Amino acid sequence: MRRIRWGWVAVAAVPAVFIGYFFVYPVVRILGLGLSELNIGASGLEARLVRVGWFTLWQATISTFLTLLAAAPLTWAVSTYEFRGRRLATALVTVPFVLPTVVVGTAFVSLGFGDSIWAILAAHVFFNTAVVVRTVSTLWARIDPQLEEAARVLGATGWSVFRRITLPLLKPSIAAAASIVFLFTFTSFGVVLILGGFEYATLEVEIYRQAVTLFDLPLAAALAIVQLVGVTGALYAYSRYQERKTVTWTLDRASNRPISTGRERLAVALSVTVTIGALSIPLVALVARSLSGSFYGALFETDPVIGRPISAVGNSLLFAVAAMSIATVVGLMAASVITARRGSLSRWFDLTLMLPLGTSAVTIGFGFIVALGWPIDLRASVWLIPIAHALVAIPFVVRSTVPTLRSIPDETREAAAVLGASPSRVWRHIDMPIVSRAALVGAAFAFVVSLGEFGATSFVARPNTPTIPTMIFRLLGRPGETSFGMAMALAVVLAGLTAGIVMWIDRVQFGEIGRF
Amino acid sequence: MRRNRSTTAALVTLFLVAGACTTGSTGDVPESITLLAHDSFAGSVSDSTFAAFTAKTGIAVEVIAAGDAGSMVNQAILTKDNPLADVMFGVDDAFLSRALAEDIFLVHKSKGVNRVPQDLVDRENRVTPIDFGDVCINYDKGWFETTKLEIPQSLTDLRANLYASHFTVEHPATSSPGLAFMLATIDEFGEDGWLDYWADLRAGGVNVVSDWDSAYYGDFVRYGGQSSMVVSYATSPPAEVLFAKEPTDTAPTGVIEAGCYRQVEYAGVLDGTAYPEAAGLLVDFMLSVDFQETIPLTWFVFPANQDAELPQEFIDYAIVPENPARFSAKYISDNRDKWINEWIEVMEG
Repeated sequence: MRRIRWGWVAVAAVPAVFIGYFFVYPVVRILGLGLSELNIGASGLEARLVRVGWFTLWQATISTFLTLLAAAPLTWAVSTYEFRGRRLATALVTVPFVLPTVVVGTAFVSLGFGDSIWAILAAHVFFNTAVVVRTVSTLWARIDPQLEEAARVLGATGWSVFRRITLPLLKPSIAAAASIVFLFTFTSFGVVLILGGFEYATLEVEIYRQAVTLFDLPLAAALAIVQLVGVTGALYAYSRYQERKTVTWTLDRASNRPISTGRERLAVALSVTVTIGALSIPLVALVARSLSGSFYGALFETDPVIGRPISAVGNSLLFAVAAMSIATVVGLMAASVITARRGSLSRWFDLTLMLPLGTSAVTIGFGFIVALGWPIDLRASVWLIPIAHALVAIPFVVRSTVPTLRSIPDETREAAAVLGASPSRVWRHIDMPIVSRAALVGAAFAFVVSLGEFGATSFVARPNTPTIPTMIFRLLGRPGETSFGMAMALAVVLAGLTAGIVMWIDRVQFGEIGRF
Repeated sequence: MRRNRSTTAALVTLFLVAGACTTGSTGDVPESITLLAHDSFAGSVSDSTFAAFTAKTGIAVEVIAAGDAGSMVNQAILTKDNPLADVMFGVDDAFLSRALAEDIFLVHKSKGVNRVPQDLVDRENRVTPIDFGDVCINYDKGWFETTKLEIPQSLTDLRANLYASHFTVEHPATSSPGLAFMLATIDEFGEDGWLDYWADLRAGGVNVVSDWDSAYYGDFVRYGGQSSMVVSYATSPPAEVLFAKEPTDTAPTGVIEAGCYRQVEYAGVLDGTAYPEAAGLLVDFMLSVDFQETIPLTWFVFPANQDAELPQEFIDYAIVPENPARFSAKYISDNRDKWINEWIEVMEG
């Protein structure tokens, strides 16, 4: 019965080729290289591996759970109510997300945190709260208030309305956010190294040690496969859950209501101030350090050795725009395919797109240099930077748009098709207007992922186009108060830039989105 | 613009490969050659770094940053059939054997290598020493003045809890100074005694962190941390003077001259380059007095060429310890993994 729809094949081909050439192929090449020499049992480190694997799993699970809890009050406040400072709060919450780990690490240490499992968990919550707040609130704000009102009219109290109406509708997006947080914390590297003391090691840390320091490529490859299997398992469970829990429902336009009662005001004020306040503590330490000398002015001066630090801002912005464009286009194409074609092929496609987020930076970085030398030598190309950023950013676009796209009832699309609309026209007029808001959230994440340089990008750096994080590392690479102060100042610039740009992206509106 | 350039570059590369296969035209003068270096070198390369080289030879120098030294050596080995660059710089003794065992360098006897202390030189001329630096414990002068404690004079002094609990070291598996300091303790206490030393440090509350940045800027008392001593470099005090907030003529930190380890960094021509002659010229340039004299204030290490004059800041504030530890590349590579695993057993077990 099924006939091949060439239009869909074309749409699917772009993300498939992208992920295939820039992720699957390099990873297969490097793992193949490592495994060809593997001599199982020779290394005698099995006990250690079990310990490391177990730690990786449980800390990621607990970190994800804690992040969901910590993000809940703020998510509720910004999704339900309209109040002054709402946009600012949702923008500020993204700032920790981009800050280099070493900068946050020194701030945590100066605040007396450090060298404990609690510091690791706190830092994971600190970095990832934005993922939950922003992913979930996109959907939450658009739940039709009539649904909740109807339940209230039927006698339900506030809590049971939330439990029986709101929460079930939100489950897909909560799961989407949780999956990203889980992948991030499962592959945690800097946080564990810097704040965990030396007692804790994730698989990611162990892969780095084995591959880079101990030169045991076979063992590193074996570890990378253990990591990939773990990540794949988690993602598979997630996608099954996602399919079971998804209900199609009518999205309203974002309808935040004004705060009406004193109790509401108090609850909102507490949610916002406590969350933002807690997230700001390390940021305040950072700002204070950056102001202890005339460091901002110094950012504009040309240092004979490391150049003009502020020039890194331009490089970062260019890369971020490029990465965001690639990720948004490829991610949206992928999301459309994933929602339109159900079944196991689509599920595995979705899962593969998510994998770069859960793959060690060493694996991807080394994969690039063994695989991308031929036919065109991309290894030293400046394009590899936005491509590497986009690999990590695509999951954000996919995860923020798929729940929204899934919620569109098939009947709506079918009705349009019956009325003679072509698939592309259906997409333009039905899907696009509804998904644009979610796509923007994804795009904003893609932008900040690139600004913050995650994972593999440190393996493909070009010294003559330093980004802000690269410049911060350069400053922190030499002793001296000025070096340190300028690094802190540049980190504050990065934070400000992030908040500003996210606020600006959030303000973009796509025409009038009507009700269906 | 960029797209054109990289496509052109790709085509050029294809032609070059074809050319190299058919005519073996190794004598050509290229427009540019590529230098693979670790981040801390590459991050301090400016337009002027290789300007004199380009003016003399007409060859531009492109630099690729490859992470830390370990990551760089790995990348060079993984790509030895299709090298990323013509020259690699920044491999030190800790990783040298690994690179030599994989045969990734072409033999090149550099002009000027006779002006380098002979104990730094590779007798087979596969790599050329460019600079050296000493990893030493740094201390905060203010802290020792306030507490009126004696500054430790030996590694043994640090066994006392009083000192160990105010001491931060980097992890040898993730940090190059961390590995160097571990080697210094092996040199000092021998293969039989060094693990006991670390057990004492651990019992005394020594702080271990992943990398130099976190140690120096996170845990050093000077930057708000708890440790009055950190493993850093003998050249950190001049940097503290040069990058001080207010102009100063005394360094706020000092160097404990016992328990230092000497790191030597080498450059080598990568096998597989289409331009071995030009690559050799670049290595020679890096050992020339002109370039060598820019090394101290750019990368905060000492020039290998004895004819290079040191800047005043180095004469005034840098310390050259008398008998730093140094192991042969082979001895390190034969034992490094075993030592690191033993260290981990003692410190993490």
